[in-house]
Amino acid sequence: MQVVAKKPDSLTDKDFHYCPGCTHGIIHRLVAEVMDELDIREKTIGIAPVGCSVLAYEYFDCDMQEASHGRAPAVATGVKRVHPDKVVFTYQGDGDLASIGTAEIVHAANRGENITTIFVNNAIYGMTGGQMAPTTLLGQKTTTSPAGRKKDIAGSPIKISEMLAVLDGAAYIERVSVHDVKHIIKAKKAIKKAFKMQLEGKGFTMIEVLSTCPTNWGIEPVEALKWLEENMIPIYKPQVLKEAGEGE
Amino acid sequence: MAKKILMKGNEAIAEAAVKAGCRYFFGYPITPQNELPAYLSWRLPEVGGVFLQAESEVAASNMVYGAAGAGARVMTSSSSPGISLKAEGISYIAGAELPAVIVNMMRGGPGLGGIQPAQSDYFQATKGMAHGDFRLFVLAPSSVQEAVDLTIDAFELADKYRNPVLLLADGMIGQMMEPVSFERSIDPDDLPDKPWATDGAEGREKNIINSLSLDPAELEKHNQKLKEKYDQMEKEEVRYETYYLDDADIVIVAYGTSARISLSAMELAREEGYKVGLIRPITLFPFPKEIIAKTSEKIDDFLTVEMSTGQMVEDVELAVCANNSSVHFYGRTGGMIPTPEEILAEIKKIGGGK
Ligand SMILES: Cc1ncc(C[n+]2csc(CCOP(=O)(O)OP(=O)(O)O)c2C)c(N)n1
Ligand code: SF4
Repeated sequence: MQVVAKKPDSLTDKDFHYCPGCTHGIIHRLVAEVMDELDIREKTIGIAPVGCSVLAYEYFDCDMQEASHGRAPAVATGVKRVHPDKVVFTYQGDGDLASIGTAEIVHAANRGENITTIFVNNAIYGMTGGQMAPTTLLGQKTTTSPAGRKKDIAGSPIKISEMLAVLDGAAYIERVSVHDVKHIIKAKKAIKKAFKMQLEGKGFTMIEVLSTCPTNWGIEPVEALKWLEENMIPIYKPQVLKEAGEGE
Repeated sequence: MAKKILMKGNEAIAEAAVKAGCRYFFGYPITPQNELPAYLSWRLPEVGGVFLQAESEVAASNMVYGAAGAGARVMTSSSSPGISLKAEGISYIAGAELPAVIVNMMRGGPGLGGIQPAQSDYFQATKGMAHGDFRLFVLAPSSVQEAVDLTIDAFELADKYRNPVLLLADGMIGQMMEPVSFERSIDPDDLPDKPWATDGAEGREKNIINSLSLDPAELEKHNQKLKEKYDQMEKEEVRYETYYLDDADIVIVAYGTSARISLSAMELAREEGYKVGLIRPITLFPFPKEIIAKTSEKIDDFLTVEMSTGQMVEDVELAVCANNSSVHFYGRTGGMIPTPEEILAEIKKIGGGK
């Protein structure tokens, strides 16, 4: 019999503070399961972002550093350069990574920094109360785009994975989702592959995970999963965007 | 005694960092400190260390945070506009109680300012580096040899207090060549353990490097703990040099390059019969306020000399206020350097007909 609910060793006993229906928790779990399966908990240093997942340092049961807003890839670079034999990952939201932290993520990827980034894209700023993010969809209403995001004012949704995929230093980039079981299984596979490639010294790896924010999208949890599928998937297509050594 | 070699200030500080056991450097180019990273870009790999040119000063200071949190002796250097960008990382480094050394080879400001030497970042260094209730330990060398010695001390102080230490100099110290010797050499493998560092939780509880406390009572406790460190620095770490305080009628207070020039002015004045003394703060935080206060018991006239429009002068005024001494000020700024003759003229104004 499979015990589905067993907590991975790489998570602490602390209860998540996430809102009901928020998929941050699922993504934490997937990362922790991968750490368990690869037996790397005692050699991993995680970097938490500023955003709803700021307390990730309390949830992952490995060494953790809490970075300033957007700078997790720079902090991870500092850690990895000191401990090249350890596993280093960043966990970042889309405001953190795709707005204030664009310089840091681009250059970490371009240097081929041998780290793994988990990029949680929920198309909104969760923690600060639902402001427009660079990833917000056209027409999507937020507290700072009350009439819906307009292209002529705020530009179009930024596609970070596509952007980073063109960089030589990026070894593996895949976009996944966690809105249903099928996609969750795929997401875990991708995360595992990214960590494995880091262990093999392949360079920068990033998994973009499409995620929900029912609270700031202003809808019920179940509806949020459907909203993600119907609205985000067409713009942010789940796919492998870069796999170094294959087809190059 | 180790042999003396002629070195530029920036390169001497770089070599001193290596001698201090520092093996990691993250920085971004800016004049007038470029020789420092350039030197480390070949020197650190030679000793098995890492030199990395970051994409910005913001990134560099956050790389320092990561490396310091991972347990390394680590340094970054910059000049005024770059230090403003490093301020973010420095605040987090102070909040997370990480040891790190930062060099500021000051140039004129505000804004892009100029590239000539200045001392206009005194306020930033000693009071307003960044948000939050914290202090940097600030060391101000006035010669290349002193820059070498203070660089090594900076790393030791950073570890001792788990606090960022700023070496505050100016383009003049960075660019000039003087004979220096390296008396001390610290093996990075012999440094004390850092059991709090994040180097992988192998067989132990996890470590967390963090500056967040959402509970105000907890954050206040943390702020108080930091304050106790700063109080201890003020009690135990104040450094300064004094000249002719015994017979002086007028006392100059100056640090770094201004102190060097003021020393020449003091000698000129003495040749003409003006009894001038000098106090040279070496630590700007902790500031040597006690010696200044004590001196003000018998001295009515102080002259603060700075390469700014007057920043340290406020600390001198505070130190002497109990005794109502007058604090005069002479400053050149924007990259202009005061001359001994200009300072002598100020002394004459204060001293009247001797
Ligand atoms: C320098 C700085 N600017 C702004 C903030 C405020 N802030 C906190 S979280 C956040 C946005 C987080 O959004 P995102 O990265 O999308 O993560 P989410 O909360 O959606 O998971 C902002 C702007 C901050 N903490 N620091
Ligand atoms: S605000 Fe949004 S992202 Fe943050 S925990 Fe709630 S649902 Fe999740």
